This record gives sequence, C-alpha cells and structure tokens, in this order.
Amino acid sequence: MSEIKQIKLTIDGQQISVPAGTTIMAAAHTIGIHIPRLCYHPDLSLQGSCRVCIVDVKDMGQYMASCSSAVWDGMEVQTNSPAIRQARRDIIELLLDNHPMDCQTCERDGRCELQNLAYSHGVRERLFEGERKRFAIEDSSRSVVRDSEKCVLCGRCVRVCAEVQGVYNLSQQGRGFHTVVTPAHGANMDDSVCIQCGQCVNVCPTAAFLEKNYTEEVWRALGDPKKHVVVQTAPSIRAAIGEGFGFEPGTPCTGKMVTALRKLGFDAVFDTDLGADLTIVEESNEFLGRLKKNERLPMFTSCSPGWVNFLEKFYPELIPHASSCRSPMMMLSVLIKTYYAEKMNIAPEDIFVAAVMPCTAKKFEIRRGEHYMTPEIPWTDAVLTTREAIWMIKNYGIDFATLEDEQFDAPLGIATGAGDIFGTTGGVMEATLRTAAEKLTGKATEKLEFTEVRAVGGLREATIKIGEKELHVAVANGLENAKRLLDQVSRKEKHFDIIEVMACPGGCIGGGGQPYPKGHFHVLDPDLLKLRAKALYTIDQSKSLRRSHENPAIMELYRTFLGEVGGEKAHELLHTTYRPQLPRGVK
Amino acid sequence: MTGTVENTYAALKEKARQQYNLRHEATKTRIQIGSATCENAAGSEKVLEEFRKHIVASGKEDVVLHRTGCTGRCSREPIVTVIAPGKIPVKYERVDSGRVHEIFTSHIMGGKAKAELMLDSTEQPAQYELFFCNSARCINPAKVDLVGLFYDKLEQNNISAENARISKTSCMGLCEAGREGEAINVLIRPGKVIYNVKKATDIDEIIAAHIIGGKTVERLIVGGNPLGARFFELYGDSAFFNRQSRLALRNSGLIDPENIYEYVMVDGFEALAKVLAKSDRGWVIDEVTKSTLRGRGGGGYPTGTKWSMAAKENNETKYIICNADEGDPGAFMDRSMLEGDPLSIIEGMMIGAYAMGASNGFFYVRAEYPLAIKRIETALKLCREHGLLGKNILGSGWDFEIEVRLGAGAFVCGEETALIHSIEGERGQPRVRPPYPTTSGLWGKPTVINNVETFANVPLILLYGAQWFKQIGSARAGGTKVFSLTGKVHHTGLVEVPMGSTLREVVFDIGGGVPGGKALKAIQTGGPAGGTIPASLIDTAVDYESLTALGSIMGSGGMIVMDETDCMVDIAKFFITFSQDESCGKCTPCREGTKRMLEILDRITAGKGEKEDLDKLERLANLLRKSSLCGLGRAAPNPVLSTMKYFRKEYDAHVIDKVCPSGKCKALVKFEISEEKCVGCTACARHCPVACISGTPKHLHVIDQTRCIRCGKCFEVCRFNAVLKNGKAKA
Repeated sequence: MSEIKQIKLTIDGQQISVPAGTTIMAAAHTIGIHIPRLCYHPDLSLQGSCRVCIVDVKDMGQYMASCSSAVWDGMEVQTNSPAIRQARRDIIELLLDNHPMDCQTCERDGRCELQNLAYSHGVRERLFEGERKRFAIEDSSRSVVRDSEKCVLCGRCVRVCAEVQGVYNLSQQGRGFHTVVTPAHGANMDDSVCIQCGQCVNVCPTAAFLEKNYTEEVWRALGDPKKHVVVQTAPSIRAAIGEGFGFEPGTPCTGKMVTALRKLGFDAVFDTDLGADLTIVEESNEFLGRLKKNERLPMFTSCSPGWVNFLEKFYPELIPHASSCRSPMMMLSVLIKTYYAEKMNIAPEDIFVAAVMPCTAKKFEIRRGEHYMTPEIPWTDAVLTTREAIWMIKNYGIDFATLEDEQFDAPLGIATGAGDIFGTTGGVMEATLRTAAEKLTGKATEKLEFTEVRAVGGLREATIKIGEKELHVAVANGLENAKRLLDQVSRKEKHFDIIEVMACPGGCIGGGGQPYPKGHFHVLDPDLLKLRAKALYTIDQSKSLRRSHENPAIMELYRTFLGEVGGEKAHELLHTTYRPQLPRGVK
Repeated sequence: MTGTVENTYAALKEKARQQYNLRHEATKTRIQIGSATCENAAGSEKVLEEFRKHIVASGKEDVVLHRTGCTGRCSREPIVTVIAPGKIPVKYERVDSGRVHEIFTSHIMGGKAKAELMLDSTEQPAQYELFFCNSARCINPAKVDLVGLFYDKLEQNNISAENARISKTSCMGLCEAGREGEAINVLIRPGKVIYNVKKATDIDEIIAAHIIGGKTVERLIVGGNPLGARFFELYGDSAFFNRQSRLALRNSGLIDPENIYEYVMVDGFEALAKVLAKSDRGWVIDEVTKSTLRGRGGGGYPTGTKWSMAAKENNETKYIICNADEGDPGAFMDRSMLEGDPLSIIEGMMIGAYAMGASNGFFYVRAEYPLAIKRIETALKLCREHGLLGKNILGSGWDFEIEVRLGAGAFVCGEETALIHSIEGERGQPRVRPPYPTTSGLWGKPTVINNVETFANVPLILLYGAQWFKQIGSARAGGTKVFSLTGKVHHTGLVEVPMGSTLREVVFDIGGGVPGGKALKAIQTGGPAGGTIPASLIDTAVDYESLTALGSIMGSGGMIVMDETDCMVDIAKFFITFSQDESCGKCTPCREGTKRMLEILDRITAGKGEKEDLDKLERLANLLRKSSLCGLGRAAPNPVLSTMKYFRKEYDAHVIDKVCPSGKCKALVKFEISEEKCVGCTACARHCPVACISGTPKHLHVIDQTRCIRCGKCFEVCRFNAVLKNGKAKA
C-alpha cells in the first residue's frame, strides 16, 4: 500500500492539507465549514445535480459542485463569496418556485430540508415565480404516497431504491420541467416492483414521499366506545421513539412509550417482542426439522415484510426456502384476536389491533389475504409508523419526556431479551441460535451472545459450531446485500443453513417508518443505526431471560392454548404461505 | 509480414478499379442524382425512377444512372448532373418529372443542354472551362498576374467565352505544387487536367495546344490525384461551391455512398492501410496532434490530445464512439456526411481506434436519421465483407468491430456523458466530470468520443500530412469547418470553409447575401448553445476562440442568417424554448432556470415585460452559465446573453416603449392610419378580417385598437401607404 498523497489547498483563505481524492465538501468540513447540500447523501452515489453545494474555484470558468469535485494541489476555493451566496439563493428559489406553497399544512413542515435551506439562505421573496408543475397525488400503494409536486428531483429515492435496495423501481422520467420520479412506464406504485420498504420516504428531503397515514383510523377506533382497542409495539420502536421527543438517539424509552400509548386511550398495550419470542420458538423448530431432513436449506427468515415482497417479486424460485412463520407482529395479532379475545370474552370483530412499527411494508403486510381471520376481519387493523405514533402522542398533548415508566399489559407483555434484539440486523439470527443451540445439543448452552452474526456492515457470513454441528449462517440487511447471498443460493454456489434477511439497512432500527434523523445525523447514518442497535442490546443484557423458549408467557401459551410447538393449531394460527407476485422484478 | 498490409490494400484497390471501370465505362453518359434525406424529400427518388423509365423507353444503352449523396445545395434540390464523354458536366436544379423529360429529350437525346434548367447558370456550357486555384494560403503574390495574362491571351487568340470560360476556386489541395516558384495551378475540364503555370510562354502553349488544338501539354501537367480537383471537376463553376474547401465533404455528391469500390477509388482506406502498415500508434497520435485538428462537435478539444489520453490508459478494453447525435435545430452537417460518405467516417474512426487501442466502436446515431443509419449499416457490412472490419484487418493482425446504437431523440445525448449513459441503456443524462470518458467512459472503460466531422477529417491528415492540414486552417485550428447555412440567405446549404474564414465570406461570397434587398442584421452560430453576432462584426474570422470571445460558439456548425425583419428577443425566445424543452431535467439551474427565462421572454414579447424582467433575465442567464452541471446547461443562456449584449436597445424597446422594432412580436405592433395620407378608399376596412376598421368612403378610416388582431392585412393592402406600422409607413 503506497501512502495516500496529501493535497494542499486553500478554502476561504485558510490553507489546509487533505488526502488526495477528498472532495471539496469533505475538505471544507475539516475546517468547520458546512457547505449546504440537497441531493448529496454520504451513503449514496454522487449525483451533483441540485447545485446547492456549488463553490467558486479560482480560474475555473464555472462554479463547481463541491460534493462531487475532488481537490487538487493549489486549488483556491471560495465557499461564501457574495456571488456564490446569490447563486445558491437563486438555485434554492428556483426549487421553491416549482414547489407548492403549502408548508403550514405539509406533513414535513419544520422537518423539510428545502424549507430549511430556503430559510437559511434568505429566500424571503420570489423573483422568478411562474408556472408550477402539476401532478396528482399517487396513493395506490398501501404503504407509500407519492406527491410529485413536492419533488425537488434530488434523486435520493431513485438511488436508495437502486443502490441500497437493489429494487430499481424508481427513475426519473420525462424531460426538463416535466421530469418526474415514477416507477417504470409511469406505473402506479401498486402496479410496480415496489417492495414497500419506505426507504424512499426516509431519504426524501421534502414530502414527495410519505408513508400512507393511518392515524385517522386509529383515532376513530379510540373514539369508538364499542371497540376494544389494543396496540402492540415492535422491538425497534423503544430504541427510536425518544428521538421524536428530544432524546439522544439510542435512548431506550420502553416505559415512557407504554405510558404514552396508554394515555392515548389504548385498552391494552402489548409487546411485539412476545410475538418475536414466539416466532423464534416456531422458527427454530421449523429450522431444526429442515436441518434434520436436510431439505429446503438454507432457510430464510420471514419477519421483514419488505424482504418477503422482494423474495416474491425478485426470487420467486426461492420461495420454498422461506420460513413459513408469520412475522412477530402477525403472530401477536393472531393471539390477540384468539387467545386474548377468548380470555377477555370479547368478540374478535370488536377488537381493533393497532401496531406501531418501524416499517411501511407492515402496512402492506396486514392487507395480504393470508393475514385475515375471516374475509372481513383482518388480524391486524392498522399499522402506524414510529413517526405516526410520535405525532399522535404530540397531537394528544402528552409531555413524553416527563412520563413515568409503565409496564406492558399482561398476558401478552412479557418478552425475553431475544425478542428485543429482533429490531436490529442479526438479531433474529442470534435469537434463533440461542434457542436452536439448546434444542440441538439438548442442554442449555453457555453461549448467549453470537456477536459474529451482528451484521452492521450489511452482510455477514459465519460458521457457528454448536455441539458437533457446524452451522453455516449468513445475515444481510439492505436488499442489494441480500441479492449477493440469494444469487449464490440460486446458483447453488455456496451452502448455507440459515439466512436472515432484513430489508432495511441496519434492520428494523433503520426501517422506512423510523424518525427523521436530527442534528448531525443523516438517514442511513451508520452511527445513528449503531446507537439505536446499542439501545436494544442494552435492554437485552439487562434482562434475566434471554432465550425465547424460556419466556414463561410463551410456555403458558403452548400449554393452555397452542398445544405443541409446530403442532396443528400452532401451524394453523402462526404460519403462512407465500406466492410469486407480479410484476416480476429484474434482478 | 512486411508488406502484407500494402499488398492486401493493393489487391483491394485493383479489385475496386475493375469494378469501377465496369460501372463507369468512359464511353457512356452518366446521369448523376443526389440521394439523401433532403434530396429524397425534394423528390429525387421519383426523378431517378423517371430517368430509368426514360432510358429504358429510349433503348439507349450508353446511358447509366449514378446515385450519390447530397452536395449540400439544399434550396436547389434535387440536383441532377449529366456527364457526357468529353463534355463539361452539366448540373440541373430542382428537377422533377417534367424536367426529367425535358432534360432527357434535349440533353441526352439531342446533345444540347437545357440552359434554363441549369444550376447557377443559364448559359450553355463552354467547350473548355478553366479553374484557377485562388487559395490565398499557398500562392506567393505573383509579380506577374498570370490569371490576368491568361484572360488577355485568350482574347488575343480570339477565344470566346463559349470556347473557354474562366473561374477561380479555393484550394485544390495542390499547395506543394503551387509553392514551386511563383506559379499558379489551373484545372481544365473536361478531362480534369491540371497544369502548373509558371510563365507567359506556358500560357501560350496551353492555349495553342489544349484550348485550340485539343491536345494536353504533358510537360506542365501536375501529377497525382489532388483532393480539390475531384470536387471542382464537377462543381468548380458555381460560386456556391468553388469558394468552398471540401475536406470533410470531399466525397459527398461525388461517389455512391453504398459502393465501397467507389470509395476506394478516391483513395479510400489508403490512410488506414498506411497506418496499419506503419504499425506505430504514437506516430498516428503525433500526426493528428500536429495537424491541430480539433473536435468538430462544438467543444473544439484537440483530437490528438484526447486520443493520447485514452492511449495512455492501461486497460485491456477501450472504446471509441462516433457521436452522430446531431440535434441542433437547423443543423444537418453530420447527416449529410453520414449519408453521403459514411466510409470516410468509418475509416477515421478506425484510425482513431487503432491509435488509442480500442477494440470496439459504436456509432451513436439519432433514430430520426433512418437513411443515415441504413447507409452506415450498409457501409459496415461492406467493410466486413472486404476484410476492413473484424479480425485481422487488411492482414495486419489488428481486430476491430463497430456497432450501431440509436438515440431516441434527446438533444442532451449529444453531450458525451449523457451519450455514454444512453448506450449503456440508462437514462440519457450527463454526469459530473471528471472523471473524463478517456479515463472512465462507456461501462467504466477508457472511451474516446469524436464527432462525425472530426472522424471524416482524420484520413486526410494521415494521407496528406499534418502540415498540409494545419496550414488550411487558422493558427489554432487546422482544416475546415462545415456549416449548415440557413435563414435569410440566397443559397442555403452545406458550406465547408477553412477555419478562420470570415462570416462575410460564408454569408455573402458563398451564401449570396440576404435576399429581397433586406439588410443583414445578425448571424446566429452554434445552435441553441450559441450566440447571435451582429452584422457589424461580419468580418470576424470563424474559429473557436473568436466566436467564444463574441459570446457565441462554433458549435457543431449551425449558421442562421437573420435580416432586419427578425426580432432578436424573439430569436432568443426561440432558442430558450428549445433548450427548455430539451433540458434533461437533472440539474436545477437548467431544468428550472430555462423555464423561468422562457416565461420572462414570453412576457417581454407579449408586451407585458417590466424593466426588472431584464435584470432577472440576466441574473438567471448568468446563474445557468456558472452553475449548470453540463456544457449544454452552461451554454443554454448564450442566445439571451449575446442578444442582450448586442441588441440591448431592442429589449429596452420591448419593455419600456412596448414596441417591437422589427414588427415580429405581434403584441408589440401597432397599426394606425395616417390622417394626412388616408384617402378613404375603404380597402383596409374591406380586407380587415375582424372588421375593426371604421370609416366612410373618401373619409379618414380609423382602426379600433382594442379589437385589432395585428395581422397586418391593412398595412399590406393600403395603396397609399397610409397605414402605419409602429408609426412607420410601408417603404
């Protein structure tokens, strides 16, 4: 390895030295200059199209985009001359001139990057106002709403969909003023290869992509005296919800979250973690069965509905590999409308199950035909993203930060640490291994933490020795990463026993419904994801029960209601089927 | 191995000669018909068919048809040339079925040219025509006026214009011969004999032996097959053509573009053979660098430098692309070359590929050029059949293949990074450079992209030498430039002139000036990315730097002539409309800014402009110029900036006085009736389509301004010049 050359340059009169290949934007950052930006995203490819980050480089005829221009020796950069400031201001105004003037009623009011730029660059009057592009709101999808009038064509959604998720559903179409981001051939999202992961919503700087809002349905149920309204919260919510109320990322807020939801009027607050524990019990049983017969290996986990959609659209030939287990949310919803309903003596149709999820694809999942009790009664009635839940709590006027900690409700509120780590990449694998190891060896193993499957980098392969048996396992988050494993499986290039796939980067903690990052964090920020993951691992470590099958509530469930693990009733209630979906994705 | 390439090429040439002679028997009369998109649109296919019928009906076996590309004489197409053995070729313009019959009966059957149908002439061809090489570049100022002397001596010998006619042409490519002392070259046709005349007695001898005696003077004959001679032999008698220097267009209108033997007969592939025989990539790049050939697509980047950068890249796979995505409105240079002489372009591309080490090439042609695509594909097929593409080309051991890719009609795909994306199957949008394509281009491999015209010039450089090419052009750019001359000019069409020629030479000497007695107002060069140059700068030399200094660009070669009736604000609006429409939508300044500029221009031309609008327009124009992502966006405001620079008063008139001085912008035209001049004839009222003129016979008529639609009919029909347009009466 030869040493990287150092480049000397001047930024705003200050001489600095940075490694060759550094961009002007990054070089400026080293001396505390934050060059404004819009299309730039540190984890996506460079586009250089918004031109907000332009700087003046001496002797260049034109301004350069600092995000995509590397420094050179002797370069003299001006980031803040009056001319540059005016140019940036005008560029931002040009974006604003083609944007609806509805900030006050916009869902992203106050958290909109365009709005922030317009404010910080002093766009106080409009010099060039004229015709505005007109597009109808496209809400065919069950999870994502597209409002192209608010699109600033930064292309982040296009890039995240292609580069992180490998889905390539979105692209810019049309030319010039008529350019619009759509699925191929201008199709509706519902008729596209969209896998509903919601990463487009996460990276969108404005409200051109939003999750489909179901708060109204939940408010209505809460206000309906005939309804028994229960809520369940996914593992990753407790790790992220605090961010919506001024807590530092990575602050676990389980107790406050429960209290807040109870205050909203939910009749019961249950923990999806219990569903996760149940999933592990069923799934490891399924896995061990397959391992024994050496059939349909590797087994794929099936908790992430975005991943399930991806499998069905892009790799239908691998569907038999998927675990037939319903997702933890679905398992818990099923129990609520059967076990809990019986116990409480409430008719299932009178129970409204809301689920707070980090995920937009969950909104799609609950409307799948497989997840209905009867054609009229869905197992889950509404899915709220973390953002929607935060908004409801604020809307209700609850001072979240000062709340006392409360506990989840019985009987579906007890969970082990294994359930908590479901919310982060590698967590399902680790939880599975904790239980499978014991089942495989017939005795409780010492080992609890399988750090070798914590896939912060997006892709991890490991060989785990359990007793005499060696398990080849792999974990992927972000579907572009998953593709690499799936292609190997598809071509039978490599043997794996079990593969965990989470659609979103970092797993559920980076889900499409999580809070928009604040401060110096950005969407997809590995540092942010690490903090959220750490919160879950901390909760796991703090618990005395850390293996799913040791959960007393689960044991009780099997004893009194479900019967045998993997038995007939368990199978009927807790398992599902998959089918190829159209349109087929192009791998 | 030595000599393999030479031998293979010699065999090819021999085969070509045989085939050529079979087709072009010297004893037969040849009817040559242009065939290109423009010629076909003008009806040349029908004309060809009509001639075929006439030949069959006449039973004449000594008449053959010959199809060529177009000569670029747009306004006079279809053009038909009759070349009878031993006679001066005769060209006919605007030939249709009826004229075919007249030409056939009179000229082919009767032996007498139809003078009234001829191109640029109404006189019967002379027995001999003498073309003097008049290029200012190679002739030493002769102490003796040899041309004048020739005139005098013809007169002394009582030789009339019917016997011998004299014209002057631009460079024939005989510069080396011309240099020997104070000499002059003269091409005599028929026969394509070229003499090098040094002294008065030479003239006496030529007149006595050749003009009077009909015998050539062997001692004075210049050998070789000079480039210009081929063209002037056919076209040297017309001012439109003989002021031009045809390098890139050297074969257009001379050879059948779908016949490889005809191309080989005009030294086709000789340059490639030379390159492959020499087997020295460095030499090729050196020659091209020394020739000062610069990119003809608009940017003017030195071709040799580009090739050497790609050549230095250490990569097994490299690509070369011919950019044939000609998209400027009113530009058709590339199309004409692709249709008229595709093999020259292929040869140039192959030389480039060899020099940089590319294994594969791509023609990126817009799909709107179906005939060009067909001709390229035919040419590529012919090359493969003759061992000029594929494995072991000309026995050299070098392999190369070319494929065709079609563009779907996006202007931006002429930009090289957008073009690359388009070939890759991606959306045609530019990306930030660097890395430049020579480092990371098509599929991430080092890639050279050159324009059609650039490639067309390459074989000449290797054939005639870098020095020869360099001296044709200006100090900083060798060779010529092809322009498509359109607008308010007598002769529209393709014009190829040496770099550094003045706008005046192009517009007046070749184009014949502005028709209708109107005054020249401005010349627009460089298409939508170019600028508008006022008539006062007509003596500007046309090259990359001088045009840029004026706020315009060379561009790919569009040249639009505008007269006093053209409104400069309207022209700016036209080009911004185009840029706005063709903006790829990627970067903010171009996507949003062109739209806002257009809105402002719309307001101004509709009479709703305010003074601040001009400041806003300028502010946006400068924003685009400085901040856009690609060259197209940065150049898009040029039409506005240049017209604002040179015609600011016109903008002010629109905005402040609410008047369009040229009368083009209808909303800013006011028609009134002069009290003094109106005799009450009622003509205006009777012709007014909206009946907004009131008045009784023999009394003053009045226009109701609120209802007037400004159609100008009253202005047109008034016989007393009493209707005033913007206060001015009809001239």
